[in-house]
Amino acid sequence: MKNRVVITGLGVVAPNGVGVPQFTDALKSGTSGITFHQELADLNFSCQIGGIPNVSDELKSKYFTDLQLRGFNSSGILYGCIAGIDAWKDAGFDTNPESELDYDTGLIFGTGTSGVEKFREAIYKLDDGNVRRLGSTVVLQTMASGVSAYLSGMLGLGNQVTTNSSACTTGTEAVLMGYDRIKYGKAKRMLVGSCSDHGPYVWGGFDAMRVMTYKHNDNPENGSRPMSTSASGFVPGSGAGALVLESLESALARGATIYAEVLGGEVNSGGQRQGGTLTAPNPEVVKRCIKNALKNSEIDSNEIDVINGHLTATSKDTLEIENWTKALEREHSDFPYINSTKSLIGHCLAAAGAIECVASVIQLKEQFIAPNGNCEDLHPDIENLIDSSCIPTEKIDMKFDVIAKASFGFGDVNACVIFKRFKE
Amino acid sequence: MKKDELIAKLKTIIAPYIQDEEAFKDLSEDTDFVKDLKINSANLVDIILDIEDEFDIRLENEDMEQMLDVKSAMAIVNSKLEA
Repeated sequence: MKNRVVITGLGVVAPNGVGVPQFTDALKSGTSGITFHQELADLNFSCQIGGIPNVSDELKSKYFTDLQLRGFNSSGILYGCIAGIDAWKDAGFDTNPESELDYDTGLIFGTGTSGVEKFREAIYKLDDGNVRRLGSTVVLQTMASGVSAYLSGMLGLGNQVTTNSSACTTGTEAVLMGYDRIKYGKAKRMLVGSCSDHGPYVWGGFDAMRVMTYKHNDNPENGSRPMSTSASGFVPGSGAGALVLESLESALARGATIYAEVLGGEVNSGGQRQGGTLTAPNPEVVKRCIKNALKNSEIDSNEIDVINGHLTATSKDTLEIENWTKALEREHSDFPYINSTKSLIGHCLAAAGAIECVASVIQLKEQFIAPNGNCEDLHPDIENLIDSSCIPTEKIDMKFDVIAKASFGFGDVNACVIFKRFKE
Repeated sequence: MKKDELIAKLKTIIAPYIQDEEAFKDLSEDTDFVKDLKINSANLVDIILDIEDEFDIRLENEDMEQMLDVKSAMAIVNSKLEA
């Protein structure tokens, strides 16, 4: 038996909006969440701008107990738990610590690395010969599955609970892993998503690789420039996105609000062959990923109305557009609308896929296409492939049915998911 | 250190970790950290570190193993303070 899978809850903690209403407004108005960070300047970063969600102590205390916040220093887990709990409540469930164990709901919440600042604290104590002074909180906050451990306990989930990790593909992959589990009847609901820490200890390695822009420290909001001629590297971000996936049968039985249907998708790897490397994608396999996503979703490429791209604002943006045109066999004015959420929030790394899946579903549900920021100087090679009208710089209100979301990651890994407006 | 003074100090240290308010209100020398106060056993190491900081003492692994209730905690702290 193969179940249809729908989305019944959303949660998001993004640099330009915490919570779905604020994030939706920011998407519609094209509000940037990128700011200057003195800490990065003090540490001699080339790129001194980044995207950090605005989470107050007051907000934290609504999601965590005082005891949980004691010695807590893992921003990724913080963002992941807020997004996850929001999605859970949005789907119509409560969060009662005494709730009965829910065997029908599982959790796949990804991350790249967890609690790097907590790990740093621990290393200082440890190197000082003080391992006995670490306390009880280091393991839980620095293990990759920390976010899943915290969340599953808060919600009392009894199906599969795990963490996936596939660099910048992580969140989109989590959606497809949860989708598979429901489709094949192993769970009724899966809370899926991903999160990423903020700060110099996560971002430093990228700065050293010179893949982040150093040209916009004085004008942060203009720094993230996917598809532009002046794109000069990505702007680092952080946060979390979460989605409640549910079998259509379960959603209808509960009378739940249905945001969209997950038609299907594909996850694959270029194996660092045919031009693929640890850091660059194998174009043949990117195309294969998109084509198979369509095939698995049983739709034709002409049915794609909108694409939410990976589009990070590096020199690879043109290659990505070229891959889309070839995979869909659509170009110039025949190409779908395309946007990059990263122009507003930067590249949220392991959290990017989940935040951008949430952005895609919001656009589908509310029937608008979010504007692309900072691409007034569209790259000429991109303009040779697709018509500039396909890349809106103002919000477009439009009836549409299908949005494709793709994410690509270091290690030459790819994921593409297809969301459709729900019709019974 | 006087008994009442020591219990008061321990109570402040333990407060953030307790999961049973009623048992905490009635805290006495016989109160067990895990059984009565429902403290997560993982947090016992955090309580040990907080006690070390408060009294400027060092507790060894053997001390920790014995510190399961208020009475044993008081005895061990006093023995360290007297040492």
